[in-house]
Amino acid sequence: MAVLDIRGLSVGYSTPRGELRALRDVSMMVPEGKIVGIVGESGCGKSTLISAIIRLMAPNARVGAGEVRFQGRDLLAETEAQMRALRGTQISMVFQDPMQTHNPVLTVGRQMMDIQYRERLSRAEKRQRAERMLALVGIPDPEARLNQYPFEFSGGMRQRIAIAMALMAKPALLIADEPTTALDATLEVQIIKRLRELQDEIGCGVLFISHHLGVIAELCDEVVVMYAGEVVETGSVRDVFHAPAHPYTRALLECDPGHIKVKTRALPTIPGNIPDLVNLPGGCIFADRCERRHAACAARPTMALAGDGHRAACHLITERETA
Amino acid sequence: MLSFIFKRIGLAAVITILAVSSLFLIVHMIPGDPVSTMLGPRATPEMRAALEARMGLDKPLIAQIGLFFANMLRGDLGMDVFSNRPVSEIVLGQVPYTLVLILVSITWSAVLGIALGSYSAIHRNSLGDRLTGILSVSVIAVPAFVVSLYSLLIFAVKLQWFPAIGAGDAGNWGDQLHHLVLPSLAIGLSWVGYIARLVRASMLEVMGEGHIRTARAFGLPERQIVFGYALRLAILPTVTVIGVGMGFLLSAAVFTEIVFSRPGLGKLVIDSITTRNYPVVMGSVLFSTLIFVASTTLADIVNAILDPRIRAGK
Repeated sequence: MAVLDIRGLSVGYSTPRGELRALRDVSMMVPEGKIVGIVGESGCGKSTLISAIIRLMAPNARVGAGEVRFQGRDLLAETEAQMRALRGTQISMVFQDPMQTHNPVLTVGRQMMDIQYRERLSRAEKRQRAERMLALVGIPDPEARLNQYPFEFSGGMRQRIAIAMALMAKPALLIADEPTTALDATLEVQIIKRLRELQDEIGCGVLFISHHLGVIAELCDEVVVMYAGEVVETGSVRDVFHAPAHPYTRALLECDPGHIKVKTRALPTIPGNIPDLVNLPGGCIFADRCERRHAACAARPTMALAGDGHRAACHLITERETA
Repeated sequence: MLSFIFKRIGLAAVITILAVSSLFLIVHMIPGDPVSTMLGPRATPEMRAALEARMGLDKPLIAQIGLFFANMLRGDLGMDVFSNRPVSEIVLGQVPYTLVLILVSITWSAVLGIALGSYSAIHRNSLGDRLTGILSVSVIAVPAFVVSLYSLLIFAVKLQWFPAIGAGDAGNWGDQLHHLVLPSLAIGLSWVGYIARLVRASMLEVMGEGHIRTARAFGLPERQIVFGYALRLAILPTVTVIGVGMGFLLSAAVFTEIVFSRPGLGKLVIDSITTRNYPVVMGSVLFSTLIFVASTTLADIVNAILDPRIRAGK
């Protein structure tokens, strides 16, 4: 069974120019105990998607249609109080910028104890739990460090603390929004390793958002590729990265510096820009920038099966089969 | 923390010395001199010279400043030109009235202003927010003496709820508090609006920060997020503004004390300036300076208590 099952989710923002359709008919799932990566460039709707899942959306955001099923419950139908009861217990989050994640004027210990406010534990017990979690994510001398303030920690340490806080309640789903983007490469590897170990231990499902393909390949079991508010390809990391079925995924992989074998002065880019999400073009959303554009692309493609559990929204797949 | 406080107090001492020296010079540049005020136009040059020598006015200015500081440290601020009572005694008799007036005014206006500002920020763009906004800007624009006059007319003369003049009987707390209501309304009213606007703006900024989103993502109760996590950061600028605002409070107190015929530093300064009573002018201005320096220092220390980053000098 899937921990998280999103079906046909559409979210828009009301702007002075009209409705900006940030997510359109997005479907994806996180199977129990699996790590699912979402990859896509800036503005593809990754952040809108996670804020819709935990229902902490911007005031001008509006859900048009769809379901966000978490352990079978539709989160979009829950009351605010029910949602709040889930946050931090069943669903936890790690945010992108560790320098902004913690309250700057409260000690780390206080913040870690505050989030346990639902537990029927004494202060000393809560403190001990916090201490254990810090030790678990590899913070030396956790007892003393609980009395310190966030500014006394480095960025990498703060992100570990954020992970410790997120996993303290042993959630069923962890959402990590580009947790390593603000860190340097060596730290990134450490954090990813630690996250993988902890996930193994707790057995939670993880939704891991990143635009770093290498990290996704390293960490995730499955991957969802998003483009301009739509899911264009889903499948196992192996399938999607080795045999990309959607031209966008292919282009994305070609642009990844990690994949480039030849020495070059200029890194490759995908020509063109993301379409205007207020005045959407008809047909395939990627058509404008696609190398393989042809007549069929004037119609919107549906997700087609490209292999076992591997789907992509491209006309080429069905055309190859029928041809 | 302790080293921060010591450093800050040392700085305050330096500021006081500089401020008092320049005050000394400024007072001496005012046309008119105490000798002719005291002795009148018919004094002989010998009488004038004798009095100047007694008051030290014949010495060079730098020596006079040095003498002033030396005496100040001994608690001797000179003698009142007219009554021949020690200045320190006269000023210290007035300081409590002004201090109580200012502290009561800023306390009630800060409490109300912070509450209104937080409310406005949380219920942004609601009717209450808009109403608070309009009222705030209106009261900011009204000077203290206008509020003094109208509150006098309405609450003291017409409705007769509060006394119009004086500070109440000495020793009778209830009576003194009763006398304090209108003056502190006059001084505090514009501060309510000012602080409300300030707190609203900084609260909105803080509520948009990443750590508030974290707190929400962990399901913390909204009340704890606002009062436990956001407010502490949102009032930092307000604390600084109140500390520096002590200068405006003191000048507002001058008007208010005159309108309500309350004893206090403000009234003392005005009376002694019009009579060229140098020692009393210096003494009362000195105390105003001390109050001002103390309040900015205190504001810095309060901020350091609220924000560990300031304590660490980051």
